[in-house]
Amino acid sequence: MAGVVIIGAGQAAAQTAASLRQEKFEGPITIFGEESEFPYQRPPLSKDYLAGKISVEKTLVRPAEFYDSKNIAVNLSAKVEEIDLAQNTISTTLSETFKYDNLVVATGSRARELIIPGHELNGVHYLRSLKDVDAIRNEMKTAKEICIVGGGYIGLEVAAVATILGLKVTILEMESRILKRVTTEKMSEFYHALHAKKGVDIRCSTQVQGFEGEGSVSSVITKEKTFKSDMVIVGIGILPNSELAQKAGIDCENGILVNENCQTSARNVYAIGDCSNHPNPILNRRLRLESVPNAMEQARVAANNILGGDKKYSTIPWFWSDQYDLKLQMLGFSADGETSIVRGEVSEEKFAVFYLSNEKIVAVDAVNSPKEFMLAKQLYGKRADPEQLSDVNYDLKKMLN
Amino acid sequence: MATIRFIEFNGTEHLVSGANDSSLMEAAVTNLVPGIDADCGGECSCATCHVLIDQVWRAKLDQPSEIEESMLDLNPDRTEDSRLSCCIPVTEDLEGITIKLPEFQY
Ligand SMILES: Cc1cc2nc3c(=O)[nH]c(=O)nc-3n(C[C@H](O)[C@H](O)[C@H](O)COP(=O)(O)OP(=O)(O)OC[C@H]3O[C@@H](n4cnc5c(N)ncnc54)[C@H](O)[C@@H]3O)c2cc1C
Ligand code: FES
Repeated sequence: MAGVVIIGAGQAAAQTAASLRQEKFEGPITIFGEESEFPYQRPPLSKDYLAGKISVEKTLVRPAEFYDSKNIAVNLSAKVEEIDLAQNTISTTLSETFKYDNLVVATGSRARELIIPGHELNGVHYLRSLKDVDAIRNEMKTAKEICIVGGGYIGLEVAAVATILGLKVTILEMESRILKRVTTEKMSEFYHALHAKKGVDIRCSTQVQGFEGEGSVSSVITKEKTFKSDMVIVGIGILPNSELAQKAGIDCENGILVNENCQTSARNVYAIGDCSNHPNPILNRRLRLESVPNAMEQARVAANNILGGDKKYSTIPWFWSDQYDLKLQMLGFSADGETSIVRGEVSEEKFAVFYLSNEKIVAVDAVNSPKEFMLAKQLYGKRADPEQLSDVNYDLKKMLN
Repeated sequence: MATIRFIEFNGTEHLVSGANDSSLMEAAVTNLVPGIDADCGGECSCATCHVLIDQVWRAKLDQPSEIEESMLDLNPDRTEDSRLSCCIPVTEDLEGITIKLPEFQY
């Protein structure tokens, strides 16, 4: 028996192996990962780990000993170069060939690169891996000014940590507002004001044209102005790692195409996590998601199907972001709503915005409002009375009956 | 270190040992105890690590934080024994603790 081979040693890979063992699979499980660390969680990379509050061990999805104790073979610093669908094998950079009965592609995604003059200078960083963050943390110790290119969640989280560490932070955003691709104007305004209050200089509608410096970056060039900067973090989105699957002849389109069982177009080959483009039956459309809950659930679905089950993926996307002492929890897509209802006080930094379509809840952005997030999780797609939603004195629990 | 007894909703028991500096949630997932999803990996953001701890043991724990309390408040399976297992650190004091798992995580 060749067992299950998993490509990528990240969040989704680790959960697949754990779910297989939890469901009593006793055959071989072999993981191949390009990075040198055991599977770790990325969310802390732009939050507590960047801030120096937690150790590497704390970022691990499971303790390193876990894999041995559950008889899961983990091959690190081993990049998979090729999948041979006819032979049911994969081959690695170490020119090993490995047979599989079932293959799980969990290759994740990578940072979108900004190829402009000066991009190869030292001090210009992306933030995707532990190694990236270790280098960033090291430079932050001596840097005074930092430019962040891209005002998405990762950029804003880094801005918050850098500000707390005492750096002067500038965010350069190409769009007319930060977070434009992911949220509504109201939320963008809130986060813009929050960071501005903390001293972050946010420049929207600003396109970065190049980096300058002698060996190491010292300034960032835009059309209007040159910004002095000791280091730069580029956070302008990600691209799915689907080339390996595509090269093997597996159907891909904006990620690796899978069905609701996380199966690809190739027999016994699954794709999960950031690299998968999957149907969402609740939202009635295909999605490619960059989120831990998605990676975890797809891992459970793939494991169940490998073992002969018929578990189908069906969850409402959600995400979180921590900035300063604010916890943001988001569920669904605000763009799906026609109307929005605010509950709580924006000025008190404790509020939730519910988004409704045909009077039904289709999304929520909850700032320091876990209750409202939990309500939306349970009432998603159901009718809700706008007056009750907006009335902070109305007990939300009553709505669940 | 503490020995922890997790009891699944169907009655299956799991006796596991939890390391200091880890949470009850981590002790469960490291030992493949079913019934805890822990979708946020322990950030107190998802409430899918809900467990039930009786009065006697609860008295030995720190009070839940405001965030934990609000995450639990709208949980359909909430009882007065409800806690989020990622918010509870394992300590020697918890030697022998029994933790029940709810039927579903929301
Ligand atoms: C800084 C940062 C902050 C984030 N914050 C949040 C957050 O707050 N909440 C949230 O829900 N999500 C967050 N995310 C997203 C979340 O981390 C990802 O969605 C999640 O890690 C996806 O898991 P995955 O297993 O699909 O991919 P990954 O965890 O990226 O793992 C994929 C692994 O596969 C390896 N690999 C790729 N190709 C090969 C190959 N050919 N051979 C061998 N190995 C290969 C890669 O090196 C990588 O280690 C954040 C991401 C980052 C980078
Ligand atoms: S693991 Fe998410 S709240 Fe406990």
